[in-house]
Order: sequence, then C-alpha cells, then structure tokens
Amino acid sequence: MKRMIAALLSVLTLCGMMVPAFAADKKSTPNAGVTINVYNWGEYISDGSDGTMDANAEFTKRTGIRVNYTTFDTNESMYSKLSGGGAEYDVIFPSDYMVNKLMKQGMLEKLDFNNIPNFQYIDKQYRNPKYDPDNAYSVPYTWGVVGIFYNKKYVKPEETESWDILWNKKYAGKILMFDNPRDAFGIAQKRLGISYNTTDTNDWEAAAALLKEQKPLVQAYVMDQIFDKMDSGEAWVAPYYAGDAATLVGKNKNIGFTIPTKQGTNFFVDTMCIPKGSKHKAAAEAYINFLCDPKVSAANLSYIGYSTPETAAKKLLPEEVTSNPIYYPPQSILDKSEVFTDLPDSTNTLIDGLWAEVKMGGAGDTTTLIAVLCAFLVLYIGIVIYKKRKRKKEME
Amino acid sequence: MKTVSRIYMVLIFLFLYAPIFVLILFSFNDSSAMSRSVFSGFSLRWYSRLFQDRLIMEALGNTLVIAVVAAAVSTVLGTAGAIGIGSLKNKWMRRVTMNVTNLPMVNPEIVTGVSMMLLFVISTRAVGANLGMGSLIIAHITFCLPYVIMSVRPKLMQMDPHLYEAAQDLGCAPTSAFFKVVLPQITPGIITGAIMAFTLSIDDFVISYFTSGTTQTLPIFIYSMTRKRISPEINALSTVLFAAILVLLIVVNARQSVITDKAARLQSEAEEAEA
Repeated sequence: MKRMIAALLSVLTLCGMMVPAFAADKKSTPNAGVTINVYNWGEYISDGSDGTMDANAEFTKRTGIRVNYTTFDTNESMYSKLSGGGAEYDVIFPSDYMVNKLMKQGMLEKLDFNNIPNFQYIDKQYRNPKYDPDNAYSVPYTWGVVGIFYNKKYVKPEETESWDILWNKKYAGKILMFDNPRDAFGIAQKRLGISYNTTDTNDWEAAAALLKEQKPLVQAYVMDQIFDKMDSGEAWVAPYYAGDAATLVGKNKNIGFTIPTKQGTNFFVDTMCIPKGSKHKAAAEAYINFLCDPKVSAANLSYIGYSTPETAAKKLLPEEVTSNPIYYPPQSILDKSEVFTDLPDSTNTLIDGLWAEVKMGGAGDTTTLIAVLCAFLVLYIGIVIYKKRKRKKEME
Repeated sequence: MKTVSRIYMVLIFLFLYAPIFVLILFSFNDSSAMSRSVFSGFSLRWYSRLFQDRLIMEALGNTLVIAVVAAAVSTVLGTAGAIGIGSLKNKWMRRVTMNVTNLPMVNPEIVTGVSMMLLFVISTRAVGANLGMGSLIIAHITFCLPYVIMSVRPKLMQMDPHLYEAAQDLGCAPTSAFFKVVLPQITPGIITGAIMAFTLSIDDFVISYFTSGTTQTLPIFIYSMTRKRISPEINALSTVLFAAILVLLIVVNARQSVITDKAARLQSEAEEAEA
C-alpha cells in the first residue's frame, strides 16, 4: 500500500512540475488578477510549441488577466454547454451561423468597441457580415472556404472545379464526405444551385435526395480522418476546409486542392463573442482586443492554418502563404461563395431528420436487420424447446 | 485441438493488444504532424512536445487530481458500505440496499450525466457557485462507488464471520479488531476496487462532459481536437499512461503474490510445528 501511495504521489508531483506556473507578472491594469473562462475550438490557438508564441501566456503577461482555456469540437456541443447552464464563459468562438443563432436567442452581450481598439485592423469586407449585420456582437477571428482535396495520380485537376466530381461513378468507393449535416447538405445545395440558407422544405428534400444518390459511392462520412485516408491513398477525393490543406498538400506531393469555382462554395468565419452573463466583460474584451493585435493574429493563424481577416496580420505572414490561393483565394471566388446563417427551428428539425435518413441509408436496412435478428431468435427458441422435449422423452 | 485453442488464444490477445501496440509504435513516429499511417523513423519529439504543452498538462493534471481524490474517497466509502451491507441482519433489506447501490452501474451513463448536471446546476445556483472541479469529483465518486462495493463484498463473504468475534474475545477493542483482523483479510478486494475506481475515473467522458463546467479533463480535451486533428502528442501521452498503469498493476500483483507466499510458508511451518 505504501509503495502504491508513493508511486501515485510521485506521478502527481511530476505532473505538478510539468504544469508551469502562470506568469504572475502583474501590471497595473484594471483587471489584473481576474480569471476569464475562454471556450475555443480544439487546436485553435498558438500554443508555444516549436518556439511559437504561447498566446494565452503572452496575454497573461501583458495584462495580468489569467485565462482558464477550454476547448470544444462542434458549434452544437458548445451551444448545448452554454445553454445547459452551470458553466459561465467569458469568451466563446462560435462560427457564423451559430453567432446568428445565439444573437437571436439573446445569449450574447453587446461588445463595447471602445475596449477593442484593435478592431480597426479588421478589414472592411469582414465587418457587418450577414450573420451579425450591425457588427455589435462578434469580431472575426479566422475565415476560410470549403474546397476539394484530390489525388493527382487518379484525378484530373479540371474535374475538381465542380462539385459534380463527388457524384462521379468513376471514383465509387474512393470519395469521402463531411460528417456534419450543414457542410454535407451545403455541397448538394451548391450543386443544385440552391442557397445554403433556404427555408423551403422542397429544396432541402432535393438536396437530401442528391446525397442519398451519392451514398453508394461514398467510402465514409468522416471529419479529421480525411488527412490519413487521403495521405495513404485510401481515398482519392474529399471536400474539406481550405485552411487544413496546407499541411496535407505540403507534405504529400500527390495531393492537390481546388476550390470549385463553377458553382461557388461555403465561406465560413469563426468569431469571438461574449456570452450573456459574463462576469468579467471588460477583461473578456481585453482578450478579444489582444487576439486582434496583428502580431498575435499572425502567430495564431500560422499555427491554425486558416486565413486572417486583417491585412496588417497578413503582411506579417510568409509570402508563400499569403500568395497561395488556397489560403487567400481571389475575390472572384469569394464573390461566388456564401456564408451560413441560422435557420428556423422547423428547418433544423427537417435537416436532422433528412440527415439521419441519408446516413442510415433509408429505413429499409434496419427493417431487414430486425427481421433477420427475429428469425434467429425464433430459430434459437425452437431449438431450445426441441431439445427440452427430446430430453423429457428420454427421461420417460 | 490444442493448436486450434492456442491459435484462438493468440488471436484474442492480438485483438486486445494490437491497437495499443500500434499506438505505442506511432508515438515514436518521426513524421511531421501529418501521418497516422506511415512510419518514417524513430523519434522522441512527440514526448518532448507533450511535456511542453501547457494545455495537455493542465487537462492531465485535472484528470489525475480528480481520479486520485475520487478513487480515495470512493474506496473508503465503498469499503464502509460493503461492511455495512454485509452486517445488515434483515436479508430483504440487504438485497434492496445492494440493488440500490448497483443501480448507478447499470444506469446508462448519459442519464447519470444529464441528471447530475441538472442537480448540480440547481444546487450551485442556490449557492451562487459554478460547476467545476468540485462537481466533477462528486460525480466521479458516485459512479466509482458501486465498483468498489462490488469488489470488496466477495472478500467479506469469503471471510469467516467468527474471526471478528474471536478477536474481540481475545481482548481486541472493536476498532482494533477491525483494523487488525478484518482489514488485512479484505485488503486485496479494497486494492482492486481502488484501481478500478482510478481507471474508471481517468477515462470517463460522458458523465464528466455534463458535469465539468469550465474545467477540462483529458478525455474532453482529446475529443475537442477532432475538427482539426488529434495531435500525435496524444499517442505519446497514452503510451505514458499505459506504461504507468501497467507498472502499477505489476507492483500490486507482485506484492500480492509475495503476501500469499508468505502466508503459505507460515501455514506450512505451523503444521510442521504441530506435527
């Protein structure tokens, strides 16, 4: 027992040593000593690895405000955490349509832009977006577009200029699709020439029909697994966020990336907001202001790989990144792209139902499965009864 | 037949351990950030980056603190509970209590998680506090408790119930009779229970997800990486955790076999003396 306790204690102390103490270098800022709760996407801030800036530590050093930094995986899980109560956040990072939703439900605080002077660096074209028309609640953090990854050995680049390639029977079993409804439906909608934000039931059903038609050709519905599947050549065509292209395209010479220009694509923005009820609003605004500092933005963006909404930050990034159309596509592509906004609840319910249908492959499969299981059960019971009777007869 | 059963056994072990070996292998992979499928040379870079990553270390620290506290408290409570249940005179009462304590084990985790979240939200609002470390520890103690009771109970039932009375007859006060006679007999069960509680607490995701508030444990942190991609640092971390738990198990087993050897030797000596 003693040895076990000693072992546990040594593990604990080791861990204690690994967690470096917060830089307690407090300046005489009004919020020094306060701790703010930040809720961001996973792997979405420069963390100091390989000599880069540790953004949170740098913020604490500059302002004396401590950061309790936690992460989420989807807008929806962030939303459920926020609305479930019991967790009070000061800064959150919702995407475009989620800002819209939170705003409509009165779950965001209006920002005091006097506390965010660095907002001046945000380029005009990213201000007053469709999802936050008065630009009162959100400040853009990153943006990007959706495009197509392809394996140059098997796929011609011209083919990837249209979403049609994801329905091409030639690549059956080598196609990957998004594993979230909004992005997956979005591709079908652009192929049909429908808006992402339509509330017409027929439009959504048409898109669902298209996805069902595509299903037999799809190898898998995945998110981050596309990196491995594309890298190993297991899959040849896959749509994904442009910002993630760099690592893959840079490493594997056979992988190409195109933004489909014919039908247009999704333009997405991840933003910084303050949820209603934040107890440290001024400190939260200081954090947002800090992340808008061009130097900090450049450090974060070179870690994340998406694109910055600040020209001043863009200038600090390496030339090969900023001149790369994957990261900073020409205005002509952006003009054709569309941003997600929040949909009414009825439409969201419709989408959830349709998405389940697409992924289940229709109700037919489950019925056969149940029928087969029932048949086995009946057979088993039959055998058991038969054996029992036989034994009884033998006993007699 | 023997070869067939051997092949079967090898297959089962392969099935159980192949994933862990692949994980360990890839934690030493030299490739830069990208590959989970191609091994391109040996390197310790993910280990060095792991120990520099403040966020992972913070999440790991939280997880370990919660696991140690939850395991310790639930072991003490569970052992006391098992003894209490064992000494219930009424058979019917004993059965009911046993079933009630087993309920959290069979209850779907998601139900436990959501109901605990509701309870914590309501009660913390009344006090003006927030969910966090405290609520996580309480939740973990709750779901660890039945497992401790389950592993201590059989040891108690194996024990001769008259031993405790005999100790008292020979002049032990009730407390010292418990610590000198009962406790040594059930220690293996307590240790198994504590280890089970510890490992269950470390890898719990569902209940922690709902009760964590703004505190982040390791499983939640790893899960949140799936939009970008799970960093190979996690492979390194899992390897370290696997090794730590393996060492812990070996130490406990070695210790136990030493004790049983000693007991066997003492017994044979006593028999010889009698003869």
